[in-house]
Amino acid sequence: MRRTMLYLPGNNPNMLLRGHLFEPDGLVIDLEDAVSASEKDSARVLVREVLRRGEFGRCEVTVRINGLDTELWRDDIAAVVSCGVSGIRAPKVESPQTVLDLDEEISKTEEKFGVTQGSTKIFCLLESARGVWKACDIAAASPRVTAILPGGEDLAADLRTGRSKEGTELEWIRRMLIVAARAAGVDALDTVFPHVTDDEGLRRETAFVKQLGFDGKSVIHPNQIPIIHEIYAPTEREIETAQRIVEAASAAAARGLGAVSLDGRMIDAPVIRRAEYTLVRAGLSREKV
Amino acid sequence: MEINAAKRKIPSLIEGYGETSGKLYEGVFARAPHGYRAGPKIRTAAPNSGSKVTGGIKEAVMASGLKSGMTISFHHHLRNGDFVVNEVIRACAELGIGDLTIFPTALFDVHKMIIPYIESGVVAKIMGSVNGAIGKLVSNGELGTPVVLRSHGGRPRAVMSGDVHIDAAFIAAPAADRGGNISGRTGKSACGSIGYAFTDAEYADVVVAVTDNLQSFPISPVSIPGIYVDLVAVTDSIGDPAGIVSGTTKVTRDPLRLLIANYASKLIEASPYFMDGISFQTGAGGIPLAVTAYMKEAMKRRNITGSFGLGGITGYFVDLMKEGLVRKLMDVQSFDLKAVNSIASDPNHIEISADWYANPWNCGVAVNMLDVVILGATEVDMDFNANVNTEADGALLHGIGGHQDTAAGAKLTIIAQPLLRGRIPCVVERVHTLTTPGEVVDALVTEFGVTINPRRKDLLDAVADFVISKQIPLVPMEELAARARAMSGPMEPIRVTDKVVAVVEWRDGTVIDVVRRIEK
Repeated sequence: MRRTMLYLPGNNPNMLLRGHLFEPDGLVIDLEDAVSASEKDSARVLVREVLRRGEFGRCEVTVRINGLDTELWRDDIAAVVSCGVSGIRAPKVESPQTVLDLDEEISKTEEKFGVTQGSTKIFCLLESARGVWKACDIAAASPRVTAILPGGEDLAADLRTGRSKEGTELEWIRRMLIVAARAAGVDALDTVFPHVTDDEGLRRETAFVKQLGFDGKSVIHPNQIPIIHEIYAPTEREIETAQRIVEAASAAAARGLGAVSLDGRMIDAPVIRRAEYTLVRAGLSREKV
Repeated sequence: MEINAAKRKIPSLIEGYGETSGKLYEGVFARAPHGYRAGPKIRTAAPNSGSKVTGGIKEAVMASGLKSGMTISFHHHLRNGDFVVNEVIRACAELGIGDLTIFPTALFDVHKMIIPYIESGVVAKIMGSVNGAIGKLVSNGELGTPVVLRSHGGRPRAVMSGDVHIDAAFIAAPAADRGGNISGRTGKSACGSIGYAFTDAEYADVVVAVTDNLQSFPISPVSIPGIYVDLVAVTDSIGDPAGIVSGTTKVTRDPLRLLIANYASKLIEASPYFMDGISFQTGAGGIPLAVTAYMKEAMKRRNITGSFGLGGITGYFVDLMKEGLVRKLMDVQSFDLKAVNSIASDPNHIEISADWYANPWNCGVAVNMLDVVILGATEVDMDFNANVNTEADGALLHGIGGHQDTAAGAKLTIIAQPLLRGRIPCVVERVHTLTTPGEVVDALVTEFGVTINPRRKDLLDAVADFVISKQIPLVPMEELAARARAMSGPMEPIRVTDKVVAVVEWRDGTVIDVVRRIEK
């Protein structure tokens, strides 16, 4: 589940040690924008030490590294991949080649430090029109890619506009990324809602992206987590239906039947997967890894 | 050297305080009162005098008969806006009166103006909480005699039982009349309840009302009637309204504090006390106020109505009463403008004295009716002992407030506190100063979850469902302490000398601990 992925500034030990206590589905430890140029090295050391402690509850742990247009990204990868993070969030991905370069560096690092090959996933931030245009190719460029995400401020600037509260400038991009993500078989995760005291605005935007099909959102403030989880929580009726589908599917499997029917309707595999995911979101079953 | 029942080392003789034999802490409820209350001096008002107004503060000090070496008392309802303590001390200095013992219910940063008078000997002894600049002065051993720290209930107990004799009480009065009737409800310096001043008015040899709002006789309603008041001093201003009450009290948005408050609220909801008629005290701090907000949601969700809110009252509590979620407020101290306006207009908002609120030696102390209290602490140790008096460096920080009293009285005492403040752990092997024994602390709530005192097996059983449904993470004390150690790294031990700079009394008047001077 990636309903909420909380950004933690890589130079803030207080947040790095406590972020998981707010129970987001994932953490994004940020070495990029949250850390000033003079603090890049010290933040990397701090993040590595915190990763080695490994106390993150049940959160998926990822790190946003510095862009491939900087001299920092290889050091970032060396520091965090060696600690066994779940994923690298790569900023400003513009082409499948960027993914291949990342893949190669990660593979080398995994081998060097004895980390299982392929275990470090890639989350691609598409922060330019070019990146968004190639979203599907980027998502399909490596089996490591597990999600694509639209950028916020950078993308708006590249589109020669600014960010609005209503997200008008992102509307078409969000729809496009969903199609690209599903075509490539990866998750689509939405950008942050930056107005941290506007709970109603967050509620509206989350409901909108959920309906589009997004698997979750990046989160900039812990107080946003319960609100997003609430929007993503299935209704009583959805839970009941999902339970009946899963039960019917397992009963059919137990009897060695390939086809499943419920209330006179045939149920296929995607519907069963959807039902299982509903139960995970309701906290009634654990995610299959 | 003696060792008291809390296993703290107490000198047999504390210079400036006296012998400790027979005064050592024996246990939370071990000491019972006997005999009779101290009797206040009998005074009369002159017949046909018509007025107790004697001019300004200086004239009132002269008329009070105050002499060097005497004890004078103050209340802290004007908080950091108070002018009265500073002005009375200044008047004493100008009149050549010195060697005074001051007996305030609390001092604030605004009172650092008296530091020169401490250095010049006008003030020789302080019996009351000190912090900020004065706290530093005392911690460095620059006051000749130790400060005596008493709880909000321990203080009136000390007065009525004769431990402390007040020669003159100077009572800041936001409203008064020529007959000496006093109220805190109205006037430009209105502070609402003046509950901390009641006992002083009843027992002092001379009582002076200091007001900037002289009304025609008689005012109503009256908090302290003129039968206790000898003199009325009139001055331009008794305080700065900006320092007296805050405008509005808002619930914090700090995610860490909200997380802690959420766990504390869940603990209350899971406890056997969460039912119709629940009473609680949550105070005005960031976490306690957020607990109140979460409890409000839970009370609505489970259709529960509370009986009363106690202690220091905020606008948030006033809203709870207006919405019908608590029936009454028992207010010893009104924290904000909304609380002041409410106590002035709503008969269900009751003004209570510190005696009624917290004194263990009377027949109807309110804390004994309390179900739940949320408290803070600078340190909690493995035995759930709490320290609210000294900072991590051993310097005096806070008074006791109602900590001991509410912990002893309430059925469920919760300390809600981040595990670390900055890099300083709040959970330690052994508290530097013992304020409240772990025997009356039931749970510690941090951002890592709820830690229940193993003594409360019933509470552990009560929260089982909430633990299973993952609403409450339970953390054993040992794990919490290990976590704090791992996060903070090793702490330099505090090095102290033998000189006692403060005596911490348990609410029954026994010595529970002493604070020693920090080694320079």
